[in-house]
Amino acid sequence: MLIVENIEVFYGDAQALDGVSLQIEEGAIVAIVGANGAGKTSLIRTIAGMLSAARGRILYRGTDITRWPSHRVCDLGIGQVAEGRQVFPTLSVAENLAMGAMLPRARHSREQNFEKVYAMFPVLMERRHQAAGTLSGGEQQMLAIGRCLMGAPDMILFDEPSLGLAPAIVQSVLRCVRDLNRDGLTCVLVEQNVAVSLKLASHAYVLENGRITIAGSGETLLADDRVRKAYLGL
Amino acid sequence: MPTDIYLNVAVSGVLTGLVYGLMALGLSVIFGVVRVVNFAHGEMTTVAMYLAVVLFATLGLDPLLMMLPIAGVLFVFGYAMQRWLINPFISRPEHSQFILLVAVAIILANGLLIVFGPDARSVQTSYAFDSFMIGPLIVDATKTFAGAAAIAVAAALFAFFRFTRLGTAIRACADNYTGAQVVGLNVPRLYALTFGLGAACVGAAGAMLALITDVTPPLGPSFTLLAFVIVIVGGLGSMPGALAGGILIGVVAAMAGLFYTPSAKGMFVFAILVLVLLFRPQGIFGRRA
Ligand SMILES: Nc1ncnc2c1ncn2[C@@H]1O[C@H](COP(=O)(O)OP(=O)(O)O)[C@@H](O)[C@H]1O
Ligand SMILES: [Mg+2]
Repeated sequence: MLIVENIEVFYGDAQALDGVSLQIEEGAIVAIVGANGAGKTSLIRTIAGMLSAARGRILYRGTDITRWPSHRVCDLGIGQVAEGRQVFPTLSVAENLAMGAMLPRARHSREQNFEKVYAMFPVLMERRHQAAGTLSGGEQQMLAIGRCLMGAPDMILFDEPSLGLAPAIVQSVLRCVRDLNRDGLTCVLVEQNVAVSLKLASHAYVLENGRITIAGSGETLLADDRVRKAYLGL
Repeated sequence: MPTDIYLNVAVSGVLTGLVYGLMALGLSVIFGVVRVVNFAHGEMTTVAMYLAVVLFATLGLDPLLMMLPIAGVLFVFGYAMQRWLINPFISRPEHSQFILLVAVAIILANGLLIVFGPDARSVQTSYAFDSFMIGPLIVDATKTFAGAAAIAVAAALFAFFRFTRLGTAIRACADNYTGAQVVGLNVPRLYALTFGLGAACVGAAGAMLALITDVTPPLGPSFTLLAFVIVIVGGLGSMPGALAGGILIGVVAAMAGLFYTPSAKGMFVFAILVLVLLFRPQGIFGRRA
């Protein structure tokens, strides 16, 4: 479904990604793990069209989308639940959700998607007139996921969706990722909860200093000594 | 002096202030969303004024009727300028944006000088000396129309931002740039739209200013400065603040002219600016950062 080939990304002179390649199969949950500063967010943002690759290619369902702007990438069906949630703090919950449905691909299904999202997260329905900035962290994460679903994506890139949330809420966010995947959405999951994300994932990559160092099925990586030492503290 | 004169001058100041407030609203909207300080704001105002002057002189078209068409012309100008000139500068250092807009300002002022020469122009309508009597008040007809039109345009813009999806999308860009990219909003296009709307405010205000004051090509910088003062006094990024700041500045200038001497207007206007910066730096309607 998505093929990333040898991409290199720079911030000025500093290289963030150095020849990253990966492949995402339709219907999969693919985990990307790595330490802080490894380049996970840069990878997600490059796929999403928010950063531009200096070299390499990105193919989505056979279309070369390298260096496409973010609004065109989104309209192909690649949604993003971004690091830090990135809600619109002064807009109401309902307005935030509506912004997710501005894409041409999502306009005609706006009303159904509103219903779907409100059914999935009843708290968003209760707070629909409230400014998003007044929500708790967990609620903002639900809003970020709901807003992404409003765009009717086929694939969602999750960037640390459980960062900074209470343990109980972390569970429900990750369960939400699993449920969305069962409903047919392809998921890319960047997580600090390495153990849980590897259990969820059918395939996983380890990113270190802008390079993929280990790749394999979730189970293989869970059993890998290097992964157990570096990320699971075993 | 009869006491009514104070009220008359105050009302006249309010009405003129509303028109300046509309011009400043354009600056505020552009800065609030695109984060670009439009140093060509005053020159765009003079361009709009000359459009009104030319349309009146050649075709006899009333600036009040031409307000919306002139706003439309300035919209297109602002949209194109953001889309093709300023967008490529968005991620560059601020001083390069500054110099770009100063260059645009100088090009516009020089262009006007070449086309129209240095002499002052104005519009003399058939109702230029009409006035309404409301009780003891004598209100200038031209200023009444202009003030009412300024309120109408500002209200329409406010409603657009508050109640339409496109307006909400523009607010979203202002709220969180990254978030806007994340949901796939076409940020460069929304920025162009915003700059166009800000320029349209300038167009409408300029058409009405042509009724109120004379225009000369080098007038731009003083309009730009006035717009800054109004926006800072009213509160940066606040739409009602721009109008309120315009009213305050309009009344202060009118009163200074009445009580003291017309040449003292600038002195009092900037004294207000200093007072606001000292005691309420976020402006009348601004929120504390
Ligand atoms: N906006 C930026 N400007 C400069 N360097 C950046 C920027 N964002 C990230 N980096 C650098 O790029 C590298 C990868 O960062 P990032 O992709 O955020 O990693 P991760 O998401 O894995 O923590 C880090 O060395 C980081 O310091
Ligand atoms: Mg990150």
